[in-house]
Amino acid sequence: MRKRIGVLALQGAFREHRLVLEQLGCEVIEVRTAADLAGIQGLILPGGESTAIGKLLQFAALGEKIKELAAAGLPVFGTCAGMILLSKRVEDSEQYNLGLMDMTAKRNAFGRQIASFEADLDIPALGSQPVRAVFIRAPFVQETGPEVEILAVYEDRIVFVRQGNLLASAFHPELTSDERVHQYFLKIVEENCGN
Amino acid sequence: MAEIASWKVKTGLAEMLKGGVIMDVTTPEQAKIAEEAGACAVMALERVPSDIRAAGGVARMADPTIVQQIMDVVTIPVMAKARIGHFVEAQILESLGADYIDESEVLTPADDMYHINKHEFKVPFVCGCRNLGEALRRIGEGAAMIRTKGEPGTGNVVEAVRHMRTVMSEIRQLQTMPKEELMTAAKNMGAPYDLVLLVAEQGKLPVVNFAAGGIATPADAALMMQLGVDGIFVGSGIFKSGNPKARAKAIVIAATHYKDAKILAEISKDLGEPMVGIEISTLAAGERMQERGW
Repeated sequence: MRKRIGVLALQGAFREHRLVLEQLGCEVIEVRTAADLAGIQGLILPGGESTAIGKLLQFAALGEKIKELAAAGLPVFGTCAGMILLSKRVEDSEQYNLGLMDMTAKRNAFGRQIASFEADLDIPALGSQPVRAVFIRAPFVQETGPEVEILAVYEDRIVFVRQGNLLASAFHPELTSDERVHQYFLKIVEENCGN
Repeated sequence: MAEIASWKVKTGLAEMLKGGVIMDVTTPEQAKIAEEAGACAVMALERVPSDIRAAGGVARMADPTIVQQIMDVVTIPVMAKARIGHFVEAQILESLGADYIDESEVLTPADDMYHINKHEFKVPFVCGCRNLGEALRRIGEGAAMIRTKGEPGTGNVVEAVRHMRTVMSEIRQLQTMPKEELMTAAKNMGAPYDLVLLVAEQGKLPVVNFAAGGIATPADAALMMQLGVDGIFVGSGIFKSGNPKARAKAIVIAATHYKDAKILAEISKDLGEPMVGIEISTLAAGERMQERGW
């Protein structure tokens, strides 16, 4: 059966996630209000500006509804800003976030735009071929709790993590044609539907 | 191994700004208000366009102190403007660490024939356009993001609408042309042939396109979004209005919920006075900033 996946469409690169998911045969719902969450089997929080998305999540309590669904087991995958929104703790920040994963994120951790980069990243869970990872004013994870599994590290910085039904990357798999990261998330969705 | 300043990285930041609002700010306090309202980036300036218009004279890059102070107080991306063709202003802004440079017609052009060779820079550039040919010339020079020009500092959205409709209609025309007509189309619009081919094939600009120049209300922002832009620049429209905080927040929500008239009605209430607008026909040709750029 076709998977029905939501992409949070408040601000940021949601169109790119939509295109990848459609390529992979999913039905994609752009989520702007709580009503759009009905019946989705997974949710992607795209890259964008985490402060802007955080503000917009508070409008009509959309963020709180997402928290409820994630706590009830809905698979959620956050990229870049999405990783920050999923983190329980964010360094030097009091911005609104969902706070679902037991870890501390550091914002703009690699520096400003002129320090943004792309690089080959080894992700053992996705096979031996590295993933071309695009980091844009990217965060990384400074510290993780015992429940968080580290899936990839770039120059000693944690950039890809999983905690049960929750997945977060500091890079942007939606900006490259390699679909393995999205496929990995859809596998989590599949496992979750089987339960 | 790691590659910085690649085309993917330059255009990638613009992709992350989509659906957002970039606000002109002239002080750290305004920058904080913009960030607090949910702006996805700020444009650091010495004067907003309506004040530049009122002051007359030569408008230049902002004092680096202002750009630096604004970079120090917000965590969202900070953009800054360089004059058309003034590659040294751009070098200075790059050295400060600005996240994007706007080679902008709002400032007085420094070169009356040539724009900056933007490929030479590590920092990405955004440039204005009134039509598809101008957009593709700028992209050919290395702009990683485009904005329709509108008419800055007027609070009048009519020119922004005209420029966006022109770009969209020219894209549609290219899509319907047989391949043998595309070279002549490229010649006629003064655009690089390879980019004309790309647009004809994909039916869209190869980079992100925001609207600028005259957006003053949440409804203006939603109008531009419904016309197909990827996001919104607001210049004078926020800090020249009666209640900048409320208006900034409302425009941010409008850029997201642009198709939901109920939400738009709700957030448009009680915003205080918008900026005073200017009817475009009252501007002499020399006062129209949109005509700067070659």
